[in-house]
Parts: sequence; structure tokens; C-alpha cells
Amino acid sequence: MKRSTLFKIFIRLRPYTPWLILTMAAAILSVAGQIMAPYFIGKAIDGLVYTVNEAGKRVIDFGFLYQKFIIIGVCIAATVLGQFVLSLSNNRIAYHVLAEVRRDAFKKIEVLPLSYIDNRAYGDVSSVILADAEQFSDGLLLGFTQLFTGAATIVGVLVIMFVMRWEVALVVLFVTPLSLLAARFIASRTYKMFKEQTEARAEQTAFADEMIAGLKVVKAYTHEDENEEIFDGLNETLRKKSLSAIFFSSTTNPVTRFVNSVVYALVALVGSLLAIATAGTAAAFTAGNLTTFLSYSNQYTKPFNEISEVIAEFQNALACAARLFALIEEPEESSDEGLPALEDVKGAVEVQDVAFSYDKEKKLIEHMNISVGAGKRIAIVGPTGCGKTTLINLLMRFYDVDEGTIYVDGQDIRRVTRKSLRENFGMVLQETWLKTATVRENLCMGNPAATEQEMINAALAAHAHGFILRLPNGYDTVLGEGGSLSEGQKQLLCIARVMLCRPPMLILDEATSNIDTRTERAVQDAFQKLMEGRTSFVVAHRLSTIKNADLILVMRAGNIVEQGTHEELLQKGGFYRDLYEAQFEGK
Amino acid sequence: MKHLWQALKTYKKEAILSPLFKLFEACMELLVPLVISHIVDNGIANGDKMYIVHGVLLLVAFGAAGLCFALIAQYFAAKAAVGTSAEMRSRLFKKLQSLSYEDIDGIGTSRMITLMTSDITQVQAGVNHTLRLLLRSPIIVVGAAVMAFFVDLYAGLVFLILIPLLTIVIVSVMYATTPLYRKVQEKLDGVNLSVRENLQGVRVIRAFCREEKELAAFDSRNADLCAAQKRAGRISAITNPLTFCFVNLAVILLVFVGGLRVSGGALEQGDVIALYFYITIILTELVKLANCIYIVSKAVSADRRIEKVLDLPAEPDFYPAENGEEIHDENAVSFDHVTFTYRDGGAPSLSDIDFKVKRGETVGILGGTGAGKSTLVNLIPRFYRAGTGTVRVNGVNADFIPKEELRSIVAVVPQKTLIFQGTIRSNLLWGNGEATEEDLLRALKIAQAEDVLAAKGGLDGEIAQEGKNLSGGQRQRLAIARALVRNPQILILDDSSSALDYATDARLRAALKSLDCTTFIVSQRTASVRHADQIVVLEEGRIAGRGTHDELLKNCNLYREIDASQGGDEA
Repeated sequence: MKRSTLFKIFIRLRPYTPWLILTMAAAILSVAGQIMAPYFIGKAIDGLVYTVNEAGKRVIDFGFLYQKFIIIGVCIAATVLGQFVLSLSNNRIAYHVLAEVRRDAFKKIEVLPLSYIDNRAYGDVSSVILADAEQFSDGLLLGFTQLFTGAATIVGVLVIMFVMRWEVALVVLFVTPLSLLAARFIASRTYKMFKEQTEARAEQTAFADEMIAGLKVVKAYTHEDENEEIFDGLNETLRKKSLSAIFFSSTTNPVTRFVNSVVYALVALVGSLLAIATAGTAAAFTAGNLTTFLSYSNQYTKPFNEISEVIAEFQNALACAARLFALIEEPEESSDEGLPALEDVKGAVEVQDVAFSYDKEKKLIEHMNISVGAGKRIAIVGPTGCGKTTLINLLMRFYDVDEGTIYVDGQDIRRVTRKSLRENFGMVLQETWLKTATVRENLCMGNPAATEQEMINAALAAHAHGFILRLPNGYDTVLGEGGSLSEGQKQLLCIARVMLCRPPMLILDEATSNIDTRTERAVQDAFQKLMEGRTSFVVAHRLSTIKNADLILVMRAGNIVEQGTHEELLQKGGFYRDLYEAQFEGK
Repeated sequence: MKHLWQALKTYKKEAILSPLFKLFEACMELLVPLVISHIVDNGIANGDKMYIVHGVLLLVAFGAAGLCFALIAQYFAAKAAVGTSAEMRSRLFKKLQSLSYEDIDGIGTSRMITLMTSDITQVQAGVNHTLRLLLRSPIIVVGAAVMAFFVDLYAGLVFLILIPLLTIVIVSVMYATTPLYRKVQEKLDGVNLSVRENLQGVRVIRAFCREEKELAAFDSRNADLCAAQKRAGRISAITNPLTFCFVNLAVILLVFVGGLRVSGGALEQGDVIALYFYITIILTELVKLANCIYIVSKAVSADRRIEKVLDLPAEPDFYPAENGEEIHDENAVSFDHVTFTYRDGGAPSLSDIDFKVKRGETVGILGGTGAGKSTLVNLIPRFYRAGTGTVRVNGVNADFIPKEELRSIVAVVPQKTLIFQGTIRSNLLWGNGEATEEDLLRALKIAQAEDVLAAKGGLDGEIAQEGKNLSGGQRQRLAIARALVRNPQILILDDSSSALDYATDARLRAALKSLDCTTFIVSQRTASVRHADQIVVLEEGRIAGRGTHDELLKNCNLYREIDASQGGDEA
């Protein structure tokens, strides 16, 4: 699993090979510069050992110093260049790969079977596309360079130390990892505290979420004081749990710093003793050498301290990448490439022996047969969960049938492109959805070529013109998420949207459920006009719609139990009659 | 920052002690180079092994002392940070609860939750880092410079050049990148919006074959985001190389000056080594500081968002009378030429509403979608305040009645019924904390909710969050019962029987009629209001007709139309 994720990452990175090489080269250059600078600074410091001339004055070989200064200058230049190029090329890879995976994931939303989206919370899918992608890019790509430079630094420093003086190098090699152990120890101890903190936080957030969502009720019942009391109680628990989690985890830094200072002291000890022992010999350990070593042990324990953090981040990023790739590789809706488009639609719909269910364990629709002539009006009635919406899902090919065939004008809808099929349907659902965009853009969604007058006519027909004009910027008002429109107003906009594209077939799924009856009656007139000559499927709960239908399909538990006209069905005295009486006679 | 300061003041002791102990720790660290220089100049130069051993022991002792100081500092910092954020969270929650409906509408639920969670967490991290690191780094930087002067005046001058230079680099990079990162955040919001919208609107998008257009829109947002990220990254990329460069150039300068001073006899080799270490210390500290400033600046902007809400005025308890003249009348509720406009609304939602309701009357408020029905009844408990004109409750201007008193007189069952996690009992007690078991059962009976009681196994039946384990109709009846527990003088049912079937609705209305309270029934259905003593018909925020069912059928066109559209004759 992990290996294959890594493999996929490599494949994604392949187009960036030149940049990757540049990144590595820059990293090595910068690490080399950073390691060599203290070495030559140590040399330069050795140049500060003076000789005393005849006049009793101290003499320092400034020529030697200048020579070292030039070399240090080169090291600085190499590091500056290396670091700068490293950042730029790494940013380039990271941000571009991020944009690419994000795009691939987003593109997936448009082609995934609806079953995938319906079966998941929106938040779960969007967090993969947004948060996981970000984490992947941050952790993996930025983390990778950090890991690489860290490793290069550690190796480089160890090599140069061993070359310079293996005795002192051994001290650094063996004592430094102590900080790693200390950090590991603290992390394992604080894990439980963090878990408790998370739980306390979750409890408080759940309470706050509920009360904030119900803020108006809270105020209506002047329940503020009681809430405050509960909240403060939860807050105090969270405060205590947070304190222990944060304090104990923040001991890591001081502890590793202490280990580092022990390393430092040991280097000073071994180095100084060595300097005394080798004084005057050809391979003397000088004060300058000691300086170099101390500076190494000081600065280069850093990647060591950070390594566990970087690895944890890296693993997390890998998990994110795995989720991301799983989404990207999710099977898509079957391709309709090469299929002909559905053209010149009259609107005859034939459902032949169709079977379908969402959960293959639980049967839903079986042996469904419907025959609808072009331009007819079909009402679908039945109790909640009887499969009315499922039928629409099948007609629009949001889902494909398991068995049987649906024909439009005699053509199997699976043998034409989805785009052409859907273009021939106009759909208004109970659940209104509008884009965060202007009213105009929303109305013209199905027919971007519509003229201003056509748009206004559609809005007038849907009785939306009036309230649109009362919005702050009329047709150019941007509808916010959620926004200030009532459900009914949103539904009117959705109706106007369909009025504007006038397709040969219509699907109205409780399209007027949120509209008051008087407006509905007015809108119905417009609908009547729209439905003329168009095949319409209407999921209805209002009598007038049903009465005028050419055919009523009565559904129950996924099956059509009765079909016919209003009168026929009433006479039959079956399920329809029961439904009708329960719903309309009660008054 | 005002509220943050106030919250932090509670932890004054911790907020002072933490940086103080950090200062002690910093001192320990700053002594190290001095010890090394003495080891070099005295120990190595004279071959004095004991001197070296003592020096090294001193180093370890400094390290241990530093560890202790650091732990104390961390503890105080954590305590102050966690405590401050708890205080801020508590203040924020209180403030949110005290806001007026208009402000609640303005902020929106999702932003409130973000404020309560992620923004507060960022502030906590910010306070913690400020106390621990933001104060430590400058102390060490300045301390290192002071030590350098202590070692040698001329060498100290090198530090005097270096530190301002580095400060300029860091500050200007910060200054340049802040707006760039804000831009990144904006672009990211755009990308987020695309993703959310395309998931929620998947059916509509596919029905209208908008996939390619949506993808194109996403692509351009995504490309914008990528470009913004790269632009911000390019400038941040300068920081590290530039600081490294300046620091090491300063080292060269230092060794040169050191050379002059050593040859002049003023300094020894060990002194120069110490100075070199002071410069290295400054470098490591600055790298930490840059990272820390990033966290702190994020915290500052999170705090700004929080404080903006904290600075909103709380809903006043009552509005003092401006002109002493006050008309008292005997009506339960009266509207005196009331006009109301929502804060960001264009046209008024209610215009010139004028009617009176006697005590004990049942009033129907009828009208289409967006006619202003809910707005009208929301003015009675002063959820929103009348713009012009006066709303009177029990003959007194609603503005003058203290909030709590007003809302115990008026109980509203809102359109969107909300039942909270807990039990049936705990939900009902919202109405009145002192209600007896009998009161509760009576309320449930009137609200036709006895079957809910049976279904959940009594008053202590569990209710899931947001009442998810109840049906819409059950929630509505429970909400009505909750209002009845208040024993209100005025009861407002804002379309709150929409999920009930006709028979239950009728029984509910009959039961309410027996109560001794003024009742408002808001509805779209004439059937729900036809028995009312008075029906107010609204259209686009104006009263289109007023009277009983029969009167309105005669005089009011609109009422007739509405009634007819609901199959009035058939009933």
C-alpha cells in the first residue's frame, strides 16, 4: 500500500525531473557551504595565534587571514545561492504538483458516479481535495527537502568530523542521539494527554455547535445563563486537559537542548584535552579546530532534533496522499465516448422491465414498465421512500439501471451521450441549489445565450421578478452561500432557470413544495404553458397537478402498484384511493 | 487586542514569570562562550587539565540550570496561554449569546463556529509562543550583543551593525509577505467554494451539463492560487540566505577586527572564539524568531477576527424612553404604524403595519412566501426592533420592557424547530426551569405530543443532538410543548404545525383555544387560521386585509384567492 503510494508519487514527480535534480544539487551546494564555512572560520581563528617580533610586538599573518576570508566568502556565496535556488525550485514543484492533484481530484467530482457522492458526507470528500492535498504537498514535498538536507547535513558533518579528528567525532556520534530518545520518551508520555484534550475539545465543540446553531431559540427562551454555566464547566475541563498536554509536550525542547549542551561540554572536554596532548605535534588539535567542532555540535544537532518530527509529518503526508490517490483512481461513470448524441427529441419514454437498487443486498425497483407518449404528463405519487426520486435518478442517468432498458424516442439511453440526454430534460428539485454567483448567472445557467428580455420573461413567469428587483442589486445581486433568500424564493429561481431553457422533457420533483399556495397557483399557470407539448414527470403532493395528469403512477416500496388517470384510479378503489383520502379528505 | 489583554491580565503572574525565567535561561546560554574562551586561553594555552575539567563541569551546570529555568518558564507560559484562551472562549460564547438577531444573521453560524474553534486555538498558540519564544529571542540577541561589548568594545561595534541589518531584513520580508499570504488565503477560499459547491450541487450541475464550465472556473481559481503561493514563496525564500549571508560576513569582519585587536594586545584568541559563538547564537535565534513571528502574526489576525465580534454591542436589555410621553392601552399586542427593514435588505420587509390584538384573542397571520409573516411576529418579543412606529406588549412599548421579562411574557415556536441533545424533560425545562412534572405533562398533552412521550419512554427519554431521533412532526409538537411550559401570556406559533396532518393540527388548535392566552398563528394555510378571532393578511410586507374568515372572504381578494388555491370550496 505504502510502497504503491510512493510509486505513484514518483510518477507524478517524473515531469519535474529537471527541477528535482536542481533541488538536490542546490541542497547539496547549500549544505556543503554551510558545513565548510565553520571549518574555514576555525582555520581563520587559528590565524589569530600571534608571534612576537624583535620589538616585542605581536605579529599576525593578515595574508593568511585574507586567504581564508576569500574561501569563507565562497562558502557564503555557495550557501546563499544553494538555499535560494532550493527554495524556489522546491516551491515550484510543491505548488505545481499541489495544483495538479487538486485539479485531478476536482475533475473527479464531475465524473464520479453519483452513488459515490451520495454515500459520503460532503465534508469527507472536500477534506480530501482541500486538506489532504495541502498536507500532501506540505509534508511530502517540503518535508522531503527538509529530510534530504537534514540527512545530508548529518552525514556531511560526521564525515568531516571523522576526517578531522575521529576521537571527538565519536563523542558527537554517540551522545547526540540521546536527544532523540528523550523526545521519543516525552512524546509517548504525552500521547494520552493529547487524546484527553481532543476528547474534551470535541465535547465542548459539540455543545457550542448545537447552541450556536440554535442561538435564536436560546435567546427566545432566555436560556443564556444556563448555557454559560454548562459551557464554562466544559471550558474548565478543556483548560486543565490542555494545560497538561501543552506543558508536557513543550518540555521536549528544553530537554533536547540540555542533551545538546551536554554534548557541547563533552566536545569541549575531549577537544581541549586532545589539544593539550597533541600540542606542538604535526597533527595538533588546535583551538580553531575546537571552535569548528563546537560550532558543528551546536548547529548540527538541529536536524537531529527535528528528525522525528519530520518523519511523523512525512508519514501523515503519505496517508493523505493515499486517500488522495484513492479518490483520483475511483472508477468513473462509464465512458460515453463515441456514442451518438440524442437529437430531435420528441419525448416518448419507455421503461422496460427495469430493476434497480442502491444497495445490491436490498431489492428496490423490480420489473418496472412504463410507457409514456411524447408530450404526455405523468404524475408520480406515493408515500415517502417509495422510489419516486429513484425513478428520476434513472431517467437522468444519475444512476444506471441494473436490468432492463429505458428508451427515449426508441433509443436506449445508455447508447447515447449523457450530456445530450440531460440537455433534453429540465429539472426542478425540492432541494434547491444555486451557485454563489449573481442571480443573472444562476438563471442563465442552462441557457447562457439567453437575452435579457428572455431572462426577465422567465423570471416573470416564475413570479420571481418582483422579489429579484427588491434585492440590493436586482439581477446582479450575488447570492451568498445559504444567503438571505427564503427556500420558496430559491425554488422560484430554480423554476425560472428551467423556464429559460425549455427542454423537450421536464422533471419536477416536488418543485413547488416550498412555495405558498397562491404563488404556486400562479406558477402552475406558467408550468402548464411550459408543459404543453413536453413530456413531464411530476412528483406531486398537490391535487390539482395530479388531477390534470395523463397518467398517474402510484408507487409503493419501489414498485408501481397502480397506474391510470385520476378517475380510473379512484374508481378502482385501491391504494391510490386510500392515499387520496388520507391526504385530502382530512380537511 | 483589548480583550486579549484583559484575559491575559488574569494570568499576570504567569505572563511575567514565564519570560523572566526565559531570561534566566538565556543568561545561562550566554555564559557558555565565555567559559569556552577561558578554557582556550587559560586551560589549553597553559596545559591546565584541571582548569578544563572545572570549565566543562561549569558548562554542564549551566545546561542543567537552563533546563530548570526553561521548564518553569514553559509551565507558566502554558498556563497563561491555556487560561487566556479559555477566558477568550468563554467571553466569545457569552458575547455570541448576547448578540441581537441582526448581528447573528450578519455573522452566520459557520463563522461563529470557526471563531470558537480554530481561531481561538491559533490565539492560544500565539500567546504561548509570545511568552516562550517571541520574548526570548530578542533577549538573547540583545544579550549576545551586550556580552560582545563586554568582551571588546570594537568587536561589539560589529554587532551594532549586524543586528539592525538583520532586523531590517526580517521586518521587511514580513512586511512584504503579509499581504501576499492574505491573497493566498483569499484564493484558497475561492478554491474551497468551488469544491463545496460542486459537491452539493452535483445533480444540478450534471443536469445542466455544466461540468466543463465548472472545471474551467476551478482551473482558473486553482491557477490563481498556485501563482499567489509561488509569489509569496519567492519572497520568503530570500530570508534564510540573506540572514546567513549577513551573519557570516559579520564573522569575517569580526575575525579581521579580532586580528587587529589581538596584534594590538587587547584581545586573546579565546576572546575572538567567544565573539564568534555569540554571532552563531544570534543566527540560530533569528531563525527561530522568524518562525515564531509567523505563528504570532497568524494569531494576531485570528484575534482581530475574534475581537471584532467581541466589540459588537450586546443586545440591550431595554431601550430607554426618549420622549416621556407613553400611551398605555389594554391590548395584549398592538402595532402602531410599524415599518421594518432588515439591515442589509433593500426595501422594507414590513410597511405601515397597524393593528391591535385584545387579550385572549387568537390571531391568524396569513400570507405567501416572503410576505413578512415571520418578520412581523419576531417584532413582538423584540427579536428585531421596529424601525419606525411602535410595537406594544400589554400596552407598553416593547422597547422599554426588559428582555427577560418580555420573553417570559411572549413565547415563540419558530419555523425551524430546534430540539437539543438531552432528554424530553431537559428540553421542556428550557421553557421554565421550575416547572413541575405535572406542568410538563400538561404541556405535552395540549401540544398533542403524548405519543412522543410514549415513543421515547417517558420524560427521561433520550433526545439526540439537534433532535435527530425525532420526526419533523414530533419535533414541532415538542417545541410547542416547550413554549407552553413557559405559561406565556402571548404564544406565537410561527408556521410550527406545518409538519402535522390536518387532524392533529385541528386538535392542537382546539386545545390551544382552551388556554387563557393570546395566540398568534402564522400560516400559509387558510385552514389553520379560519377559526381565528382576527386574521391579518400580508402581502409584500403590507396588510392586505384584516378581519374574520367570513369577512375576509367577502372583502379581501387576496384572501379569497389564497383560500381558493387551497381548495377552499372542497373543504
